[in-house]
Amino acid sequence: MTFNTVSFLVQVGVLILALALLHKPLGVYMTGVFTGTTNARPERLFYRLAGVDADADQKWSIYLRSVLVFSAVSILVVFGLQRLQGVLPGNNGLAGVDPWVAMNTAISFVTNTNWQTYVPEATVGIVVQMCLLAVQNFLSAAVGVVVVLALIRGITRTRTDRLGNFWVDLARTSFRLLLPLAVLAAVTMVLGGVVQNFWATDVVNQATGVQQSIPGGPVASQEAIKILGTNGGGYFNANSAHPFENPSVFISLFQVFLLLLIPSALPYTYGRMVGDQRQGYTIAAVMGTLWLASTVLMGWGVAAAQGSATAAAGGLGEGFEQRFGGAPSAIYAAATTLTSTGAVNVAHDSLPPLAGGTAMLNMMLGEVAPGGTGSGLYGMLILAIIAVFIAGLMVGRTPEFLGKRIGPREMKLAAMYILVTPALVLALTGLTVLVPEQVANAPSSGPHKFSEILYAFTSGANNNGSAFGGITTSGPYLSALLGVAMLLGRFLPIVLVLALAGSLAQQRRIPQSSGTVPTHGWLFGSLLLAVTVILTALSYFPALALGPLAEGLIR
Amino acid sequence: MTPQRADLLVPTLADGNPLGTPGEHKHHTKKPARLTLASVLEALPLAVRKLAPRQMVHSPVMFTVLAGAVLCTAICIVRPTFFGIAVTAWLWLTVLFGTLSEAIAEGRGKAQADSLRASRQGVIAHRRLDDGSTVDVAGTDLTKGDLVVCEAGDTIPSDGEIIEGLASVDESTITGESAPVIRESGGDRSSVTGGTRVLSDRIVIRITAEPGQTFIDRMIRLVEGAVRQRTPNEIALNVLLVSLTIVFVLVTMALAPFAALAGATPSPIVLVALLVCLIPTTIGALVPAIGIAGMDRLVQHNVLATSGRAVETAGDITTLLLDKTGTITYGNRRAVNFLAAEGTGKETLIRIARLSSLADATPEGRSIIDLAAEQGITSPSLEELQRTTDGFDVAEFSATTRMSGLDLDGQMIRKGAGSAVTAFVKEFGGSVPPEIDGYVQAISAQGGTPLLVARIDPAVHDGARARVLGVIHLADVVKPGMRDRFTELRRMGIRTVMITGDNPVTASAIAAEAGVDDYLAEATPEDKLAVIKKEQDAGRLVAMTGDGTNDAPALAAADVGVAMNSGTPAAKEAANMVDLDSDPTKLINIVGIGKQLLITRGSLTTFSVANDVAKYFAIVPALFTATFPGLGLLNIMGLSTPASAILSAVIFNALIIIALVPLALKGVRYRAVSAQQALARNLLIYGLGGLIAPFIGIKIIDLFISLIPGIG
Repeated sequence: MTFNTVSFLVQVGVLILALALLHKPLGVYMTGVFTGTTNARPERLFYRLAGVDADADQKWSIYLRSVLVFSAVSILVVFGLQRLQGVLPGNNGLAGVDPWVAMNTAISFVTNTNWQTYVPEATVGIVVQMCLLAVQNFLSAAVGVVVVLALIRGITRTRTDRLGNFWVDLARTSFRLLLPLAVLAAVTMVLGGVVQNFWATDVVNQATGVQQSIPGGPVASQEAIKILGTNGGGYFNANSAHPFENPSVFISLFQVFLLLLIPSALPYTYGRMVGDQRQGYTIAAVMGTLWLASTVLMGWGVAAAQGSATAAAGGLGEGFEQRFGGAPSAIYAAATTLTSTGAVNVAHDSLPPLAGGTAMLNMMLGEVAPGGTGSGLYGMLILAIIAVFIAGLMVGRTPEFLGKRIGPREMKLAAMYILVTPALVLALTGLTVLVPEQVANAPSSGPHKFSEILYAFTSGANNNGSAFGGITTSGPYLSALLGVAMLLGRFLPIVLVLALAGSLAQQRRIPQSSGTVPTHGWLFGSLLLAVTVILTALSYFPALALGPLAEGLIR
Repeated sequence: MTPQRADLLVPTLADGNPLGTPGEHKHHTKKPARLTLASVLEALPLAVRKLAPRQMVHSPVMFTVLAGAVLCTAICIVRPTFFGIAVTAWLWLTVLFGTLSEAIAEGRGKAQADSLRASRQGVIAHRRLDDGSTVDVAGTDLTKGDLVVCEAGDTIPSDGEIIEGLASVDESTITGESAPVIRESGGDRSSVTGGTRVLSDRIVIRITAEPGQTFIDRMIRLVEGAVRQRTPNEIALNVLLVSLTIVFVLVTMALAPFAALAGATPSPIVLVALLVCLIPTTIGALVPAIGIAGMDRLVQHNVLATSGRAVETAGDITTLLLDKTGTITYGNRRAVNFLAAEGTGKETLIRIARLSSLADATPEGRSIIDLAAEQGITSPSLEELQRTTDGFDVAEFSATTRMSGLDLDGQMIRKGAGSAVTAFVKEFGGSVPPEIDGYVQAISAQGGTPLLVARIDPAVHDGARARVLGVIHLADVVKPGMRDRFTELRRMGIRTVMITGDNPVTASAIAAEAGVDDYLAEATPEDKLAVIKKEQDAGRLVAMTGDGTNDAPALAAADVGVAMNSGTPAAKEAANMVDLDSDPTKLINIVGIGKQLLITRGSLTTFSVANDVAKYFAIVPALFTATFPGLGLLNIMGLSTPASAILSAVIFNALIIIALVPLALKGVRYRAVSAQQALARNLLIYGLGGLIAPFIGIKIIDLFISLIPGIG
């Protein structure tokens, strides 16, 4: 395995260029989708089938209830049909899924985590893949987007308790944004060599006479939304390291581009919707800075391990996809953990310790650079509210965010938001390491054993879905605990964000003046960057020290 | 901490506050009590009493430290080690320093409260009964509606309103101003305050306050810090601090099993030490002191607020409604020019104008004499006039004539408003030269007041017998420095609106000269209320001053209403602040005090959180280097031993509280700059400074600690 610095820099440069070119047209397009007033025919059909009034404007509590009810029903459906797989058609001969695994998978796909405690090839058939998991890839991504949409409306609307209509937002995001983009992406992937069929292919090796059945399936169509919707649940167990999912360096880079695409264009949409493009650019700049720093750190972590003894013994090659090499692996690993994707083209377990630590740190940041579809932006906006609170006090004014006062209620919601994931990760990891049988699920020794457990809960609570693969999580204890981490890690923040949106929408707007802390520009951007890094680093530093740092810093 | 250093850190707000009133204003600032070793020792017993858990529970951050200290003490009793005892001792000091800062802040108000209390002790009131006779009762027994009689030398027993008579009153007990003030029944100067003293005459007062609710009672409670309610910003900050505390409690609790997995279980004392270092103790300890000191600063400026909330709101004000008279301009108009009619020499005009004002004691009249003197005409004086002439009659100003002047040697010399003088001249068959109209209009357009000067000379027998000689230009003079002040306010995002009873022409001219953002001319109290509502509907926060009963609705509607102490009880009741100096300019200082309060809190929060980075770099390698030698790389400060590193971090954490007490009491320096500039500056000092300072501080402490055997 080699790390080619030039190739690394070129790929990073291509990504920056592509995203810089596309964020504006996509941002403008999304603004149109979110603020449109007419309903297309498939949307009207959907409203009729779902029995919803598309003209209703919902209060935050009703909006939230719609999110929760929709997600709960989704979990039940995905769980139930997995259990019934044995009697359903298109099961590829596979039986009903184990209840713990089915529960974990249902939660995982509905929460946009896409943690895979199962081996897809051996667990789920084509119908479950296409009709349950792929559908959830669309819907869970759309839920993230609609939540941030409600938050933006909370910021822009004044003296109202209405935040829009969840069902309309969901339908438009799915039909007008995710579906067309996914089709484009799938076609590109097929052209790039990603498999798209419905049957396994039988091949006979002419030389040896060995007959093989190569599994196939509608991979490209599922891969497209897996990446685009920052989901990350692979069609195959090897995920994006599998040649059918990710055949070349080009497709690998294309996937990184796709998973950054919507999250990095959303700030532009946000800027347009709040009527001040500088706001969007500042958020995008903070996200971009973090992404670049993390990607470079990851690249350095991988590259630095080249000269080490492990590498000399051939150790570093383990877990890396030889077709890609170091640079694409590092770029992919950084992007997948900075968004809530969790798709992998390298076994994160095999990353050099400091690179693995960077992957964990990326998730611990709260996945805000640029984060999951929607969830990245709302995470960053919450951090911006905390930053503006501190900044407001420092200039002697009751803090305001875009003309809305950050009072005790707003602060309570924002502070609880930033409390949720660290609390889940630390408490559940702490609880697990106290149980020797569960610790045994992580097969490694030394600090890496701890890293595997820490990674699992960090990934679950942050709805990432990538894993230090060594750990076995299909047992009831870890399945359930990770399920709790994923559920609470997804929906508690959503509750808080929507409550915050409701509270902001009720306020009148305070006009901006030179006495208002500007929430754009380099100064606020730097503060936001510092708040993001310090708040997370402070909660996780000891844990990281005992895991990747202890492993990586060798004297 | 030496007392000398503390002294250096305590200048008055007015020195450092750009919004402080320009030096020539009469209002005075009480010097804040100095932070001396004596005042610290005096606060110590109170600080110890404040360690009671019942009091500590109000500050979750410090309560956590207290709980940690108790836990460590228990461990030390069971298994005493030198290191454990040292850490435990410093944990107790951390808690104590927190309560001490609060006790010191409260102590500064205490002296004032004591003297206020003394002012009312043993006051006997002469209560007037229905039949007109009086009976002596204790001042504290008076209730609302009682009538009392006060004569020269009596102390006024409670707050009230004069219903009969007039008296000069010494209000120095509450205002610190020794010059007596006149209080009389009717009008806007009828209210009196309990604890002040009648110097002359006799008045009858109707008591307007219930026992225990008088002005002085409220003031005592305020300066003692007893009625401190949490303000919204304080609550929001507390929420953030509590959530950070919860995170760090989880971090340390989870660290035990994490570390146990690696076989490096830290001792509970070390974990408590880590927890205390990580939670925001610096700001958590200083929040009460900052709040009390903010109220104290207000009291030093002779302003009484009904709640801390009002002080904080003052910092948020975006629109100031300022009364023109007395705030933006000197209260009186002054003569600034003489404009002679054609055919009248300028010197003649000045001479006649001067004569017309010789017996006029009004400020306008005096200003005409002054202007004449400036132009070289200083005689005759009234005495000279008496000697050199056959005598003269003074024509006093009256509401019917609207003119004043002299009858001298048969001549009638008058000055007065345009219409009055015109009528007067016409009555004697004279006329007004056409250019006079031009002068009058020009003066009005500049915001001035024209006074016509006329002479009726019976010795002359042609058309010039009754003549208008010219015009005196009286102008409202804008106080020096106001324009700069409004520019500063604008930079800070505060709009100023001038309120005046003048006509729109005059108002706009003065508004332009003073540089206010907007003005309201011919303002009635209803107009003020309408302006407030309009500004508030646009999302702005409004502050205003007022003193009359008809100001009360507007004072109540404003976000910050400051009543003049000389005002009516209704105005004082409606306002949420009372300015004891009755100085309308004070509003600008109040805004500064409110801002400073928030800035101090925000800056110390930033400092406190930024400190954590260095503490991690001290403690984490100390905890785990034995197990993972590689983590020694994180010991970038090069601290000598794990024990010394942990102890140094704990000591730094405790000492920084006490080191920042003077800053908390004095408030972070505050300048009139835009939010962007203020943020850049404070982030640099308290954010970056907060990152760097503890690295240096902990290293220095480590250098000393490591000399102790068993630690180093």
